[in-house]
Amino acid sequence: MARGRIRARLRRSSLYTFGCLRPPRESIDEPHQFQGPGFSRNICCNQPGFHQKKPLKYCSNYISTTKYNVITFLPKALFEQFRRVANLYFLLAAALSLTPVSPFSPISMIAPLVFVIGLSMAKEALENWHRFMQDMKVNMRKVIVHSGDGVFVRKPWMKVQVGDVVKVEKDHFFPADLLFLSSSYEDGICYVETMNLDGETNLKVKRSLEVTLPLDDDAAFKDFKATIKCEDPNPNLYTFVGNFEYERQMYPLDPSQILLRDSKLRNTAHVYGVVIFSGHDSKVMQNATKSPSKRSTIEKQMDKIIYVLFTLLVLISLISSIGFAIKTGYQMPDWWYMPQDAKNLYNPSRPFLSGCIHLITALILYGYLIPISLYVSIELVKVLQALFINQDIHMYDEETGTPAQARTSNLNEELGMVDTILSDKTGTLTCNQMDFLKCSIAGIAYGMRSSEVELAAASQMAMDLEGHDQKFSRTGAPHGSEIELEVVPTPKTGSSHNRIKGFSFEDSRLMNGNWSREPNADIILLFFRILALCHTAVPELNEETGVFTYEAESPDEGAFLVAAREFGFEYCKRTQSSIFVRERHPSSHEPVEREFKLLNLLDFTSKRKRMSVIVKDETGQILLLCKGADSIIFDRLSKNGRSFEEATVKHLNEYGEAGLRTLAFAYRKLEVSEYSAWNDEFAKAKTSIGGDRDTMLERLSDVIERDLILIGATAVEDKLQQGVPQCIDKLAQAGLKIWVLTGDKMETAINIGFACSLLRQGMKQICITTNGDMLNHDSNTVVKENILMQITNASQMVKLEKDPHAAFALIIDGKTLTYALADDLKHQFLNLAVDCASVICCRVSPKQKALVTRLVKEGTGKTTLAIGDGANDVGMIQEADIGVGISGVEGMQAVMASDFAIAQFRFLERLLVVHGHWCYKRIAQMICYFFYKNIAFGLTLFYFEAFTGFSGQSVYDDWYMLLFNVVLTSLPVISLGVFEQDVSSEICLQFPALYQQGPRNLFFDWYRIIGWMGNGLYCSLIVFFLNIIIFYDQAFRANGQTADMAVVGTAMFTCVIYSVNCQIALTMSHFTWIQHFLIGFSIGAWYVFLILYGMFSPKISKNVYKIFIEALSPAPIYWLSILLVAVACNLPYLAHISFQRSFHPMDHHVIQEIKYYKKDVEDRHMWRREKSKARQETKIGFSARVDAKIRHLKLKLQRKSSVLSPRAVLYPTPT
Amino acid sequence: MDQKNKNSKKPSYSRFSQQELSAWKPILTPGWVIASFLTIGALFIPVGLVALSASDAVVEIVDRYDEECIPDAYSMDPESFIQNPDIKKTCVRSLRVPKKMVAPIFVYYQLENFYQNHRRFVKSRSDKQLRDPEANNDTYHCFPEARTSDGKPIVPCGLIAWSLFNDTYKLSTRGKPLTINKKGIAWKSDTEVKFGSNVYPKDFQKGGLIGGAKLDEKVPLSEQEDLIVWMRTAALPNFRKLYGKIDTDLEAHETIKAEVENNYNTYKFGGRKKLVLSTTTWIGGKNDFLGVAYITVGGLCLFMAINFILLYVFRPRRLGDPSYLSWNRLPVA
Repeated sequence: MARGRIRARLRRSSLYTFGCLRPPRESIDEPHQFQGPGFSRNICCNQPGFHQKKPLKYCSNYISTTKYNVITFLPKALFEQFRRVANLYFLLAAALSLTPVSPFSPISMIAPLVFVIGLSMAKEALENWHRFMQDMKVNMRKVIVHSGDGVFVRKPWMKVQVGDVVKVEKDHFFPADLLFLSSSYEDGICYVETMNLDGETNLKVKRSLEVTLPLDDDAAFKDFKATIKCEDPNPNLYTFVGNFEYERQMYPLDPSQILLRDSKLRNTAHVYGVVIFSGHDSKVMQNATKSPSKRSTIEKQMDKIIYVLFTLLVLISLISSIGFAIKTGYQMPDWWYMPQDAKNLYNPSRPFLSGCIHLITALILYGYLIPISLYVSIELVKVLQALFINQDIHMYDEETGTPAQARTSNLNEELGMVDTILSDKTGTLTCNQMDFLKCSIAGIAYGMRSSEVELAAASQMAMDLEGHDQKFSRTGAPHGSEIELEVVPTPKTGSSHNRIKGFSFEDSRLMNGNWSREPNADIILLFFRILALCHTAVPELNEETGVFTYEAESPDEGAFLVAAREFGFEYCKRTQSSIFVRERHPSSHEPVEREFKLLNLLDFTSKRKRMSVIVKDETGQILLLCKGADSIIFDRLSKNGRSFEEATVKHLNEYGEAGLRTLAFAYRKLEVSEYSAWNDEFAKAKTSIGGDRDTMLERLSDVIERDLILIGATAVEDKLQQGVPQCIDKLAQAGLKIWVLTGDKMETAINIGFACSLLRQGMKQICITTNGDMLNHDSNTVVKENILMQITNASQMVKLEKDPHAAFALIIDGKTLTYALADDLKHQFLNLAVDCASVICCRVSPKQKALVTRLVKEGTGKTTLAIGDGANDVGMIQEADIGVGISGVEGMQAVMASDFAIAQFRFLERLLVVHGHWCYKRIAQMICYFFYKNIAFGLTLFYFEAFTGFSGQSVYDDWYMLLFNVVLTSLPVISLGVFEQDVSSEICLQFPALYQQGPRNLFFDWYRIIGWMGNGLYCSLIVFFLNIIIFYDQAFRANGQTADMAVVGTAMFTCVIYSVNCQIALTMSHFTWIQHFLIGFSIGAWYVFLILYGMFSPKISKNVYKIFIEALSPAPIYWLSILLVAVACNLPYLAHISFQRSFHPMDHHVIQEIKYYKKDVEDRHMWRREKSKARQETKIGFSARVDAKIRHLKLKLQRKSSVLSPRAVLYPTPT
Repeated sequence: MDQKNKNSKKPSYSRFSQQELSAWKPILTPGWVIASFLTIGALFIPVGLVALSASDAVVEIVDRYDEECIPDAYSMDPESFIQNPDIKKTCVRSLRVPKKMVAPIFVYYQLENFYQNHRRFVKSRSDKQLRDPEANNDTYHCFPEARTSDGKPIVPCGLIAWSLFNDTYKLSTRGKPLTINKKGIAWKSDTEVKFGSNVYPKDFQKGGLIGGAKLDEKVPLSEQEDLIVWMRTAALPNFRKLYGKIDTDLEAHETIKAEVENNYNTYKFGGRKKLVLSTTTWIGGKNDFLGVAYITVGGLCLFMAINFILLYVFRPRRLGDPSYLSWNRLPVA
């Protein structure tokens, strides 16, 4: 994209009164005095060669966030695998299987373990590879580096070394921590955006040392040599101590000369810098914390089940060992056919010892109770689920071209259990783009377009009204004419004029010069001039289109300038002392370029909440033009400047309700004498030295910004990301709580609260704050008590509230939060916050975001999800149970730390309500089934063993058991985990209330788990005893043969295969060809295996040789027993689910039925009604807002009709 | 070009990747529930009846003889009787045929409380040795019946073979002996493949310990069908093994004289021995359980079907009735 070049080079420092003032040289000329540990770094600038060997060899700029490399992969990954108790158990079992203790052959123990571990490790390797590729993408970014003799060449980031001189161009990231030498501005200033580091979106000014200013072109670096002595690498972003030695002079360095890696150069054509910290030494990398490994609630609960099963395993092993010891001790001496041998394994003279050894055998034998393949199956399923999430075309953002990305797959099901969402604001809810939308000038409101919030609410209202109309007509209550809903201007869809970024204003009264025909044209003119003059932006001419664009510190300012341009007041040039505006008056066709002398600029700080410029226009009139927060401006109005106050306040409230950001505009005419007197004092204060300089300057600006005359207000829409209000509405309906944590100031946060319908008119706002004075003067305890009082009062108020529709919103600022998060207050705070419908925390630091997240997570014990886009959200994203990063914007920190990355906030709805819901149910069912099938199978081994004198003999062939988990029963359950859908994705979205099945954990509670285990126990009993009795002693074929162990084992195993596969068919509710195929395949594979295995020579197949073909398949009793056992096993479950569906149907059952009978098509009205009712009770979101409005209107209506006819009371309108 | 790059990341649309494959979504409507229970019931009860009648057609004579075949003098100490090789062990039993038995009639011996399925016991064999004449030395698992005292390998080695059942039966009716055909009692796969036709018993029963039956060293293993049947270890400690076949019919109320050579020691471990004569039908031997189980499960299904019908009649729920949705059931605050 061709961008215009900066037109004017100017001494920007003169624009700033005190924000960016270069302190006089003499004040701190002393180099820093430091030595010893912590300050050992020496950098030879422009001589990277010195840093290639010790002792000055520092780490390279190559970064790596991978867990393993080629050499460490094997040991480290193996270690990771065997940290799982179950795997360790299987390893032990495999090792023991090499000894005679083992009931199985070694291969049947080792093969599954190798398979399972191998698969997990392959997954690790793949993930590591992805991480490596991501690192390489960063490492291969190009930067311009000095290669000697004043020649600069492009090099990848990883080749940059400490001491290199680099040239960074506009809108590029710094490749390492740099010492700022010079910039394209003469006075060595540059602007950086540190959004990736701290999330702040306003630009920061950095300035170079004066002594390096001349190094401002490539050739100057030919002979540049200097050394830097500074602190060692550390994670502190805001401090830096060092000395710069140049031309035998020492100069002190401070943080304002340091350009940090991963921040971005803005508004500056290029800068030169020397690399100080590279790669992992850089501050941002030092800050990077290892992302904690997160486990889902279900997995944690699964661990508990594994422990239960372990207990069961130990228990039955003990029973078996005791039985064995008794048998061996008392009976074995009588078994002459088993002569005593000296081996301890079966030594009747030492039954206790034999029993102890047998315990090991039993522990291995019953290992089938612990599903070895569970972990690997779950992992596989989750990877496939993640693939589906990545593939979801509905979560693909066309604009940025980014699909959704599940970065870790082990939290998929956690997405279905979220209770609280903690969201960042800028970049997440909003695009950080401002649109000038409305204004109020001289008490008249301009601007026809409505904000997105209004539009969303209006459409919802229209939809709801349809339903209500019918109700009204049924009850015969009067309607229509009496309900006058507010008229919301409908948007002109597909409006012909091109959308201008930052300008959505539509009102013909002001456009195209028509403003001059308005009654207060002079005031409007002044208003436009304030727009065009009161700012710190730099114009930039796009040479292609001839249109000016503006580089502004904040996006609001940019929107104002665009608006001014569109109104015909094009700000076109800035010199050190003047601002030039091309004014296009309706009277003349050609624009007139006017010059305004810029006398002073009192800049914007969060404390002052206002900004002023003092300008002298061409007539010599000195004007103070001021814009600021309405409360501040209204305090400073003069008596005769309040003529529009009433109307403006009304408009401001409306704008606020519509979720717009407002600023009030005012001006003041200054007499020359008055101004020069003030300016003298101001100039003196500016050059004074000492700590009170700032206070003095502030006091002086306060003096001049008084007696203002109000002229109007602006309303800027902090552009919400697409679909955010709708998404929040849906999420609220799904029963999710949404907290907004933002670094922005309270007013902005509240505006956004309104914009997202987290706040609405009529909601009681509880603001917990501390004022500045209190913080300054009072001790900690006093402040704390004050806050505690505020919290208790608010809690009382919430408790005493009788109206069920009353909603509360809690708004708290960062400073107060510091206290509220202290151990002794946090629980009260949390209790209050939980009672409130919405919570907004403003001005919170990244750390506080993480702390709040932890408080919610630990305090409520429920699942939290944090979503954010910037590096300042990393803490929160890592702390929450699930971290979601917004990708697609620049800066990858949040995404790198996140578990899921989506391109837009609105995709969160689909991610949670569809994928979360599905994954939760799938995984829950899958795990339950896994335990079921392993209990059903494992216990048959135990029963049989009891019949063999507890000797540890297994009835099944080793190969059967090996294949059981790996092939014969694994595929259907994997298909359940990957493809099962209780309801389709549209229904998930239409019935958000279904989501609550997850947070309530309806599908993985102990009731259900124990039920499944009981089912497994029942199945094992049925399989074993029916088979044993059927094949007991008589002939099982017409040819008179009796059943031997291989026949019984094979028949029994066939029954197990049928039973568990039928069971899973009953569990599923969604059969695509894949499920049909896999279930059929599992049963078919068993027969194929049996036939093939039976065809091998008896060397391999042993007792199974030809067993199916010769012995079993011709025996009708074999087939009859399969049918009997499979039916008997599944009968109770079938009865249970039939009963449950018939008499205690769950929501998804009813919806399935509606869909099944196509009732949704036949009875559209019912379907629509249910869709609108299928929401959790919520007090946030625009639906709630519409409800509140309708309630309000109805109340009015009821009152009216009860006055008209008392009978109307008999027909209360249904709610 | 930019556009192309962007598109490369776009997930491709397919019904599979969007999880929109057409699917069969059955639900358990009352109709389905009742129909499936009724079907199972209607299917299982006849099957059960057929199985019962098949079992009923089987004629089975079971005679426990281990206690009665001890002379009174030894009744207190049966072990000394059975271990004394000098005493004649023959004992005569008479069996009554309750119903006409149609050939082939199978003769079984039944052992009880004999842990042929014990892990120690099951392992104690060498399949290789049985199959392959070259593998005489493969006696790894056979201890202590692996080698004779002078180190020669025992064929067949191991405890299973060594403890071979050695009671013999001679049957006669009305003075005429009934031939017991001992051919064809083993599985074909055993005689043809698992037991070598060129493997001959060697040094069998010549170890220090006294075991069961002896084998004719001139007959190859593949023809030693008693051994082959015995080597198929049973699944439970009570088991029946095929002894032979009688190819003549036996008339009802006929009396059969059975001369039992009571050699096998079950007295030490408190086991029982039985002689069994049984016919078979398509379900094998006498097996009432299968029929009963089928009828029970079928009956349960019918019962369940009736219950569900009653429930649906008395507490009907219209399927897809939205009033059952949770948000319609819960009182709205």
